[in-house]
Amino acid sequence: MNQKEILFDYILHLADNSMIIGQRNAEWCGHGPVLEQDIALTNISLDLIGEARSLYQYAAEIKGGGATEDSLPFLRDVLQYRNLLLVEQPNTDWAYTIVRQFFFDVYHYYLNKMLIEHSNDTRLKEIASKTIKEATYHLKWSSEWMIRLGDGTDISKSKMQTAVEELWDFTGELFLESATEQAAAQAGFGISPSSIESYWREKVAEILEEATLTIPEKGFAQKGGKTGIHSEHLGYILAEMQFMQRAYPNLEW
Amino acid sequence: MTNKEWPLWEVFIRAKQGLNHKHVGSLHAADYQMAIENARDVYTRRLEGVSIWVVESKYIHANEPSEQDALFDPASDKIYRHPTFYVLPEELNHM
Repeated sequence: MNQKEILFDYILHLADNSMIIGQRNAEWCGHGPVLEQDIALTNISLDLIGEARSLYQYAAEIKGGGATEDSLPFLRDVLQYRNLLLVEQPNTDWAYTIVRQFFFDVYHYYLNKMLIEHSNDTRLKEIASKTIKEATYHLKWSSEWMIRLGDGTDISKSKMQTAVEELWDFTGELFLESATEQAAAQAGFGISPSSIESYWREKVAEILEEATLTIPEKGFAQKGGKTGIHSEHLGYILAEMQFMQRAYPNLEW
Repeated sequence: MTNKEWPLWEVFIRAKQGLNHKHVGSLHAADYQMAIENARDVYTRRLEGVSIWVVESKYIHANEPSEQDALFDPASDKIYRHPTFYVLPEELNHM
């Protein structure tokens, strides 16, 4: 891949993460446990999809050839998606949703912080500067739910611990450097995920401890999302998300 | 397990610096921290405010509606309580 292709692929990875977890959270719309949290999660979902939009716009400019902020999310298939496996995992219940969000929020926060501090790409820095404010709030929100439910009743604690155990398998991938990430870090616009790992582990340990939850000891990591090898869930997400554009090409609101 | 509803909170938002907090509505939350966050999501999504107060509804006390006459009517015929019986200097524009 040349520099332009690496930049494009790297931006897609960032955009797809936010797009897919935003889409997952949007599934809660109208189904939240209480009205206030339904609105809170939908807000977060919109923040993330908004961030993805800025990134897709940038990616489309780099790609050229008629690519748009719509064609990138709505007309690519599973193998071309670059998101982490973590973000495509099903909502299951409120505990899974919170734990998935929390693991992602910690990663998302530090990644954007690093982009602001180290990226040599002005546009990526600008998008990250806008995103970090939202990511800060998301992290606060999910951390508080981790603590509230982890250090809550016996039932809430056991549900949270189960979700932590199950989703832990998908956290290893966060720090497994893909060829694109390596090249992006070398070129100076991207961040090597290994540089975020210690921050992530420290923050997760801090919140889990406060939440009286146990950090799983297993080191096994599900991987592949960054290079397009996804779990079976992504196909269903895309089927729903892309239905309108597939059924009615070029449809506009 | 008790199936208790979260308590009700009243939300007050300051629209911008210098203005006072105004009651905007109410919501349910388990504690004040959650109430502030819920208020942020429910009531400030469209740039409505720069500051949030929440008060648990049970701590707001109101007058008895049956006392309406005794409390408020006596003020209705005492226009001399309004400072309108003297002429202001012209330079005073914002009284």
